[in-house]
Formats: sequence, structure tokens, C-alpha cells
Amino acid sequence: MVGAGTDPAGGDRAVPAAAGHGFVWPREWWPRERWARERWARAALILCLHLLAAAPLEAGERFLTLASTTSTENSGLFAHILPLFEADTGIAVRVVARGTGQALRLARNGDADVVLVHDRESELAFQREGWGVERREVMYNDFVLLGPSADAAGIRGKPIAQALRLIFNAGARFVSRADESGTHKAEIRLWRAAGLQTPVGSEWYLETGSGMGATLNIASAMNAYALADRATWLAFQNKGQLDILVQGDPVLINPYGIMLVNPQRHPHVKAEEGRALIAWLTSARGRKAIAQFKVAGQQLFHPYEP
Amino acid sequence: MSEIYTPFAAAFTLIERLDSDLMEIVALSLGVSLTAVILSAVVGLPLGAALALFRFPGRRAVIVVLNSLMGLPPVVVGLTVYLLLSRSGPLGAMGLLFTPTAMIVAQWLLITPIIAALTLQVVEDLWAEYGEQLRSLGSGPLRAVPTLLWDGRYSLLTTLLAGFGRASAEVGAVMIVGGNIAHATRVMTTSIALETSKGDLALAMGLGVVLITLSISINATAYLFREFTRPNYA
Amino acid sequence: MRRPTSSGNSPGQITPEARPRTLDAAAAADALLPLHVRGVCFDVAGRRLIDGVTFDLRAGTRTVLLGPNGAGKSLMLRLCHGLIQPTAGQIEWNNGGARQKGAQAMVFQRPVMLRRSALANVEYALAVSGCPRGRRKEIAMGVLERTGLARIASRPARVLSAGEQQQVALARAWALEPQVLFLDEPTSSLDPAASAAVEKLIAAIFASGTKIFMTTHDLGQARRLSDEVLFMHHGRLLECAPSEAFFAQPRTPEAAAYLQGDLTW
Ligand SMILES: Nc1ncnc2c1ncn2[C@@H]1O[C@H](COP(=O)(O)OP(=O)(O)OP(=O)(O)O)[C@@H](O)[C@H]1O
Ligand SMILES: [Mg+2]
Repeated sequence: MVGAGTDPAGGDRAVPAAAGHGFVWPREWWPRERWARERWARAALILCLHLLAAAPLEAGERFLTLASTTSTENSGLFAHILPLFEADTGIAVRVVARGTGQALRLARNGDADVVLVHDRESELAFQREGWGVERREVMYNDFVLLGPSADAAGIRGKPIAQALRLIFNAGARFVSRADESGTHKAEIRLWRAAGLQTPVGSEWYLETGSGMGATLNIASAMNAYALADRATWLAFQNKGQLDILVQGDPVLINPYGIMLVNPQRHPHVKAEEGRALIAWLTSARGRKAIAQFKVAGQQLFHPYEP
Repeated sequence: MSEIYTPFAAAFTLIERLDSDLMEIVALSLGVSLTAVILSAVVGLPLGAALALFRFPGRRAVIVVLNSLMGLPPVVVGLTVYLLLSRSGPLGAMGLLFTPTAMIVAQWLLITPIIAALTLQVVEDLWAEYGEQLRSLGSGPLRAVPTLLWDGRYSLLTTLLAGFGRASAEVGAVMIVGGNIAHATRVMTTSIALETSKGDLALAMGLGVVLITLSISINATAYLFREFTRPNYA
Repeated sequence: MRRPTSSGNSPGQITPEARPRTLDAAAAADALLPLHVRGVCFDVAGRRLIDGVTFDLRAGTRTVLLGPNGAGKSLMLRLCHGLIQPTAGQIEWNNGGARQKGAQAMVFQRPVMLRRSALANVEYALAVSGCPRGRRKEIAMGVLERTGLARIASRPARVLSAGEQQQVALARAWALEPQVLFLDEPTSSLDPAASAAVEKLIAAIFASGTKIFMTTHDLGQARRLSDEVLFMHHGRLLECAPSEAFFAQPRTPEAAAYLQGDLTW
């Protein structure tokens, strides 16, 4: 009888020895020795716990969650200014980029500490209903009306209201974000200002229900007209045949406002950090950082002077 | 001509530079998806095996539901997890929204039904072969669960890979519950979505190539491992 | 359970020469045997596969079940072992039918090997029957050595030849030291030498006190290994006789034809 039971490692070495033939069969990958098995199990467990605990671990760092829009995130503005803010204050900012409507909804649910969006009407409503406090206007950029450089509707250089009427009458293909973003809401206002119904349902009016980038990709592929914020447009790299056809009209101004989510409604809101961000963005330092951000040599966002 | 090569060029550049942002994203993707798969295995394997071995009223209904859950749209899962983890939701106090943990939970929900349903199939087939022998040895269904899971390990490895594939490829759920926050919850798929929305299609495809390469290496490793050991266990 | 912590009867010490257990031990209150099979029928989809079979299995004998292919031998073994339930009739063990783990074991016509080494297969059976963890390897290795299988102990069981698998299955069953061992054609895929080895093994198992109930198509083997013979045909039990009597003078024409080798189905 082989003394397998006395093998201190509880190993299976006794077996091949007893087998007494030259060929060694591959071991199973899962080690049969108890100590090795336990080491494996422990390693796997630690890996899992580590990942699960990732969030609490990171919580050691000071951060706040900012619900904002794709235009500010995708253009690279945040990547430019937020490191400066962090260097000044030691507060990291985690940006969740959504359309204005969705960003406000996140904030309303208490899932963000600060919200930076661009639709004055809904911002004011948000504040009126008590969800946001301490609203400040931070900066503005402007919308541009894009279209194929061939410009079948002939709108180049026209005032925005006239341009929209021309598109409407020509039934030229127009791509709308239709996602309750700031840009979408501005577009609806512009149709109204032009004395038109938003052409929902017309076969030339396409509702993407997507972000600015996705909508621009579609417009580019279909050579359609579209309204976009200048920041996203400039940073956008799939321009195709598209070109800016209408710009500079005062009604195309696109102001960004910032608010703290009401800490009385949501006690977990990081009010102190949030106030620090709002104060910094509207301070001379913050304004300078915003103004210095350029894409292709162009300044994209214009801080409001106090 | 050049259009189609751009993504590969972009992918190559990304990898060549060993871009630290890219490494961070890849590490998070792997970490989140692997953890989700491990946790899904912990639940899904025994669950599937139990469904295969135990007979109880309503079993068929449970199996039908499980099979349907395999096709769960990621966005629905994401939304569900969001509603649970949101500060206004029942688990809001835990503050897990927009963390890797939330993404693990979403992927876990997404793939546990897949792993359980495929396990059910594997174990049922094995039971058809082993059932009488195991019962003869005096093993009830409960004792048979670990036995059959172990003996089905090579097929179940494929099951886990299927789960991993789905977890690492989905974007809808992690976008909603993770928020695609740079340096915190940005993973391969949400980066691809982001680059697409920036109109940088070449970079997006480049990231896609990296993702596929990763996926191929993981599957190849598993396959080689399987092929190397399996012949001995037929 | 018969595997107490004791030393006397551990398989490490059992040799083919060991004396059978005394009959009073077999008659103890916890003994399974005798087994009473009373009017057992088994139907599948309206077809009667086993039809009113009645017999007794007593301890201390080797019973061989004979019959042509499809007679219902394997079904009968599985009914007795409790893997399937009779449609009608009773199968009653002496101790009231409590199925203790490891008290009976069966070697199937087609042995099922788990996807692990031969040794691990035996250890697994021991584990299920409640053998303490520390003793399994020793017992399993002991059984494999006594069955001449030590050289394949570490080989994956499923790549063993059919004959080797059958021997491992037999070793696995023996490791449990059952009171009753059901064997369904244990030598059907073995070469003559291995057959002889298995017969010797069965003799040893019997000598260690285990009741043997087996089927076989090898009449020579049946002669060598049987104390009594049951003969089945078309799901019915036609004869039940002491071995010499059956082989010398079968009472039914079917049995006679079967022994002649010209019983047609
Ligand atoms: N689950 C089942 N469903 C239907 N018929 C069955 C089933 N199991 C066995 N049978 C039938 O019952 C009859 C007896 O089968 P059994 O396996 O007991 O035969 P056997 O006597 O062992 O034959 P062999 O010598 O070939 O092993 C056969 O006709 C077989 O087709
Ligand atoms: Mg048979």
C-alpha cells in the first residue's frame, strides 16, 4: 500500500509513482493539492473583491459628479479646463455627458452634484421647481446651420428664419436631434420664430433621437441640413460635404448655465465641492481658462464677464 | 483603398504608443467584464445545474423565462440598474451609480441568464448520460450538481466565454449606469461610442480592432487550453 | 454502512481467500437481504416489458440471471437496484427498503466513467457513500491494486479501453463494500485473460461476503459463477433453479433451446 495519506502536501505524487510507467499525463489545470487550490481560490476572491471595492477605494479622492452636455465634453473643453480646476482645488470632476434634458433629469434624481447645460428655459424651470440652486451663466457659444456645400435650398448667408423657411418650402432633407437636448430645444424655438410648425412627420425631416455627434454622422452621410453647436462641429472629424451655411445671427447664441443640485432636496449632494466648481468657473481664472480653449485656432466658448 | 486601412493604422498606432489612457480603458473593460463573468458563474452555474436536475412545479415556466432573458436588451438592463441605483431609487443610498461596481452589476444581470440557460443544457445532457450511475452510487440531485458542473467543465468554459463576449461587447447598459466618465468608468465600448459621436470613425474603428484583438486572444487562450487538456478527458 | 472505522474488514486486508462472513452477520437486522420480488411488472408506453416476476434473493449465494437479448435482464437488475420503479408488484428488502448509501452497488452493461482519473472515479464513489476524506485515496488505491489496475490509476478514465473501463467500474463498486452487487454482463467486452481476472475478482468480492446478482451471456461463466440461476424470456421469469439442476436439466423448452444456442427471439 502506498503511503499516500502520509504525504504532507496531501499530493497525488504517490499515484504516478505507483503507476510506474514512463509517460507522465498532463495534470489537470486546477491543482489537486489543497494548499494550491486554496491559494487559487483566494487569489480569485481577492480579485473580485478588489474590483467590487473599486468605487469605495476611489472615494478616498475628493470628487464631484457633473452632469453636462455632449458639446462641452466632446469638444474637449472639459479635458482642457478641469485639470486646471483640480490643480487649484484638489477636486476631481467626473463628467457624465448627456443631452440637456437627460442631464437635468439625472440632476433631478440626485445622481449629479452640479449640472452645466445650455437651455435657459429648462434651467429656469428646474430652478423654479426647486431642484437646482445658485444658477450662474458661465459662457456661451453659438449654433450654426450646416448643410451640403451644394446647398440645394439656397440658404447660404441668409438670416436663420429665412433659411429655415427656404428649407421648409424646398422640402430639403433636414436632420434633427429630437432628443430634448439644448440644441434640439433651440431648433424648435427657431422653427417657431420663423413662423413655422416644427416639421415633425414630414418625410424630409429626420429625427435621429441621438447625440450631436451621431446626428452629424447621419447628416454627413445623407448630405442633409442640420443645426449644431459650433464647438461640436469644429471638433467633429467626419464633415464630408457639410459646411457652415448660416451663422452669426444673434438668435443663434447658445448660453450655458451652471447650477448646484439643491442640497436640501438631496442631502448627499457635495455642495461644498459644487460651489467650488461654480465659483472657479465664473472666476477670472476660470474665465481665462475657458477663453483660452481653442480648436483649430478658434475660440469655442466665450465666458460671460460679470 | 486607404479608407479601409485607416482603422488598422489607428489601432496599430494606439497599441504601439501603449497609450496610458488606452491601457486604463482596456484594464477597466477586462476587470469589469471578467468580474461580471466570475460572479455570473457563481450564480448561473449552480442555478442552471439545479434547474436541470430538480423537478418542481413551475420548472418549465422558469426555464422559458430564463431562455427569454438571454435576449434581454442591454439598454433595458441598464435602465433597470439605473433606476435601482439612482439616488432616487431604492438602493440610491449606496452611492454606486457611475462606478465600475454599477457596471459589473449591469453586466452580471445581463449574462447570468445566458450562463444559467446554457449550463442547464449542458448539465441536462450530462445527466442523461450519468444519471443512473450517479443515482446508483447514491448521489441525489444536490450531490450531482458539483459533479456534473465539474465533468461538464469544458463545455461550460464555452458558456463562460459566451457570457464574457456578451459582457465585454455591450455598450447600452454600461453607458447608462457607468456614465462613460473619463478615468473612472470609460470602457472600450463606451469609448467607441464616444469616438463615433465625435465623428472620429477611424479612431472608433481602431478601438474596435483593439477590442476584437483582445477578444480573440482571450478566446484563443481558452481554446488552446481546452484542446491541450481535453483529449485526456474525452 | 458496513465500513466502520474498524480495521478487520477494511478492503486493504481483504484477499480472495478471505472467508465469507458468517450467516448470522448477514441475517442481522440491518441486513438488506433477503430481497423479495413479488409480481413485479414494468410497462413503458403501454408495452409490458417485465411481466409478473416473482423471486427471492438470499444472502450468501451467487445468482445468475440468464436469457436472450431483450429478455428484460437489465431492466430486472435496475428494478431491483431501485433505479426504476415497478408499474405493479413489490420489491421489498429485508430492512424495509431503506436505501443506504453504498449498501448496494451496480456495474452497468455500459460503464459510465466520470471525466477524471480512474483513481478519482473510485474516490468519487467513496466520497458519495460518505467515506471520510482522509481515507479515500488509500482505500481507492488499495482496491485498484488488488484489481490489478494500479498502473492505470492516474489515467483519465474516459480514454481507457472498454475492458479497462469495465474493470475500473468493478473496482469502483467493490470499493463501496456493498452487501449486494449487481453486475450487468461484467465481462462482455473483455479479452479472455481479463475475463478470467474479472471472474477471479467476482469470486473475491463474493468471498468477502457480498451477494452477487449478475447477468451474462457466457454460459461457461454462468456455470462457474452461479449457485442459482434465474432464466427470463420475453419479460417473464421462466425458471428459478439451483445451478447444477438448471444446466443439467432445464425444465422449460425455452431454457433448453437457449442453452442449446438455438432459442430465437
Ligand atoms: N426505457 C425503455 N423504453 C422502452 N423500451 C425499453 C426500455 N428499456 C428497455 N426496453 C425494452 O425492454 C426490453 C428488455 O430490455 P433489457 O435491456 O432489459 O434487455 P436485456 O435482457 O438486458 O438484453 P441484452 O442481453 O441485450 O442486454 C427490450 O426489448 C428493450 O427494447
Ligand atoms: Mg442488458
